[in-house]
Amino acid sequence: MNALEFILAGMLAAATPFLLAALGELVVERAGVLNLGVEGLMAFGAVLAFIVVYHGGGHLLSFVAAGLGSAVLSLVFALVALGFRANQVATGLAIGILGQGLSALFGKTYESLTVKGLPKLALPWLSEIPLAGRLFTQDIVVWLSLAATLAIWVMFAYTKVGLVVRATGENPKAAHAIGYSVTAIRFAAVAFGGTMAGFAGAYAAVVYTPLWADGMIAGRGWIAIALVVFGTWLTGRIFLGACLFGAVSLMGLAAQATGLDVPSQVLASLPYLVTIIVLGIISADRRLLKLNGIASLGEPFER
Amino acid sequence: MTNAVLDISGVSKRFGDNLANDNISLSLGRGEIVALLGENGAGKTTLMSILFGHYVPDSGKVLIDGQELPPGKPRSAIRAGIGMVHQHFSLAANLTVLENVMAGTESLWRLRSDTDAARQKLEDISTRFGLIVDPDARLGDLSVGEQQRVEILKALYNDARILVLDEPTAVLTNLEAERLFRTLKDMAREGLSLIFISHKLDEVMAAADRIIVLRGGRKVAERPAKETNKAELAELMIGRKVARPVREPSTPGEVALKVTGVSVSIDGVERLKSIDLSLRAGEILGIIGVSGNGQATLAHLLSGTVRRDKGDIVLFGEPVGDLSVEGAVQAGIGRIPEDRNNEGAIGEMAIWENAVLERLPRFSRHGLVDRSAGQAFARKIIDAFDVRGGRPATRTRLLSGGNMQKLILGRNLIDRPRILLAAQPARGLDEGAVAAVHERLLQARRDGTAVLLVSEDLEEVMALADRIQAIVNGRLSPAVAADKVNATKLGLMMAGEWNEEHEISHAL
Ligand SMILES: Nc1ncnc2c1ncn2[C@@H]1O[C@H](COP(=O)(O)OP(=O)(O)OP(=O)(O)O)[C@@H](O)[C@H]1O
Ligand SMILES: [Mg+2]
Repeated sequence: MNALEFILAGMLAAATPFLLAALGELVVERAGVLNLGVEGLMAFGAVLAFIVVYHGGGHLLSFVAAGLGSAVLSLVFALVALGFRANQVATGLAIGILGQGLSALFGKTYESLTVKGLPKLALPWLSEIPLAGRLFTQDIVVWLSLAATLAIWVMFAYTKVGLVVRATGENPKAAHAIGYSVTAIRFAAVAFGGTMAGFAGAYAAVVYTPLWADGMIAGRGWIAIALVVFGTWLTGRIFLGACLFGAVSLMGLAAQATGLDVPSQVLASLPYLVTIIVLGIISADRRLLKLNGIASLGEPFER
Repeated sequence: MTNAVLDISGVSKRFGDNLANDNISLSLGRGEIVALLGENGAGKTTLMSILFGHYVPDSGKVLIDGQELPPGKPRSAIRAGIGMVHQHFSLAANLTVLENVMAGTESLWRLRSDTDAARQKLEDISTRFGLIVDPDARLGDLSVGEQQRVEILKALYNDARILVLDEPTAVLTNLEAERLFRTLKDMAREGLSLIFISHKLDEVMAAADRIIVLRGGRKVAERPAKETNKAELAELMIGRKVARPVREPSTPGEVALKVTGVSVSIDGVERLKSIDLSLRAGEILGIIGVSGNGQATLAHLLSGTVRRDKGDIVLFGEPVGDLSVEGAVQAGIGRIPEDRNNEGAIGEMAIWENAVLERLPRFSRHGLVDRSAGQAFARKIIDAFDVRGGRPATRTRLLSGGNMQKLILGRNLIDRPRILLAAQPARGLDEGAVAAVHERLLQARRDGTAVLLVSEDLEEVMALADRIQAIVNGRLSPAVAADKVNATKLGLMMAGEWNEEHEISHAL
């Protein structure tokens, strides 16, 4: 397998944790809430999923457990930040740290243990195309994430729920005045974001690299938050950003495999650097950021 | 020109297929007050934004003291001595007055900010122009009128010699407005040059030396204030004669809404004190009073966003307890909120999205929004209510202030509500639009809608309302029939002078 094939084959899987978490955060921010705890929510979901799979619970159950667990943790955030109108940035950071702490605690006895991942499913016809066909042999979660991306795009573009969520984020006062419960909508959005972060963590821990190591999320939650901003809150751009990030993070590995004589730390940090630069260029259009930015982001709602 | 401090020559600006400014020229002398008069969407804000460097004109130029100003550079405009007080303020609510005024003026390289000198300068300006505010007050705690004073102070602090005010009185009570114009005249006497935007003929006649009329993006007339009159200006502005409509006699129907002894407290302050009112189908009940006397709470009560402490609300003969927003919508209560920008419409969303948000069940099937039906509905409102400058997919924020009001009005009236709550519906509108809005309210009355008109404009209430109640400090006076009162009596009522016992009891 040459480097290009390697990247094509692995890109979507590498992108999936970013994608799932970023989609969740997108919904949260569109509702006007800034939850910076994604990293911790992912770590918490990851450890729950790993434990379930390790004890023979199976992958389906592990995703359910991770989704539920992270949703509950994100509701703690919602309770403090939305219920008591605490500062969202501080609360998000605190919940993130809590999630990471719980993850380390629960994962202590599982350090360096491994579980089995998921089989890859090849799409008939498409996967037989030379070179590009590599893209079409993926595990089920990747396919479901692509479906989720599409679903969220449809939601914001065409559905009632999407319209109401956007109205809540853009102008909570007006949304309230026309009869929507801002707080309930925001709670639901946060819970959704938590669930997605849990799925993202689960994917990282029991599918992508099915081995437990403390701190295995390794900043992916933060990248997901950055993706939402760089993607200017547009589903399609966030998807592209996640793919780009997935691809570049494989480049490091590909380069290592070819035996380039570069310190591994440099290689490991290269993808982050490249991605930030590329995304920075993409979102250099300040008008786009301003145009799509959420007006009430991070502000508590007071009647 | 010899003594002009400002010359705008041949400025044009196009937005898509909309020519917002068409070859406009004007000049401003030292110590002169010029009023820019024009309908909603005439291009007034656009022209001033070009002057201030927010927009780059397609053609034409701006000269300050004969020097050409580089286009699109607000910094250069500020340095050249132009100060701007925007239609929507641009101050930080969490900073103090002094911090707001200083923000943006200090060099970033200086480590210590020179607060003492700044405070001294601010106080000098304050006293010189009679713009009194506490420099240490948090901006968010100030009234709208005071915030505006801070905006002006900020401009003066930056050594503005030319001050531009975009619809300064739209957010002010009448008293505050009078005070503002006194200040502006003092400033002109001190040698400042001023441009203010308005579509209120009274204040233009009273405050300006010279009046420039814009219509459809073009300058249609320029008159010294002494050589013109309100009728001529109105005609120039609209392009035809306008007269505000007046209610014709009618017999109202059933009682639609009855409120007895309702009190409402917000954050521990009693905002409504045991109020009584009764509103019948096919009539307009005017609630008159100076802003801030409980009107907002009354509107919130009837739209279901605040809870009452005591008292009863009866809707169409049925006691309802507390109204909820859904309950209000279902009962057919249409609302035109006073605070348009915050509660009326979501600026970042498309016109059609704003139009359907309130009635999503009707425009969605299986959770999907029916876009084409929504857009058709929006187009219907746009056509029926003459909303100019936007298509269904236009971002609502891009509409001029008056057109946004027409959109909100249309959204509420197009479905023939049974009760209409109209809070300051004509505020900020030009004469033509005011007449149109009044006509719509009267049409609703003819159609049997019960209209509650909350306003501080005496003329408006006397022309439209069948009965009038005054609101003062959270109390509501008994109703008086509109044809039995005059301005003097209403003035007394607004000051809280009513005698409950001796009131002529009105037929119910
Ligand atoms: N950034 C923009 N993009 C597109 N159209 C715009 C933009 N700004 C203004 N317009 C349009 O240009 C026209 C003039 O707008 P402008 O805001 O100058 O009106 P105005 O005279 O200030 O009206 P009002 O009294 O209602 O504030 C309007 O039709 C408006 O919709
Ligand atoms: Mg304007």
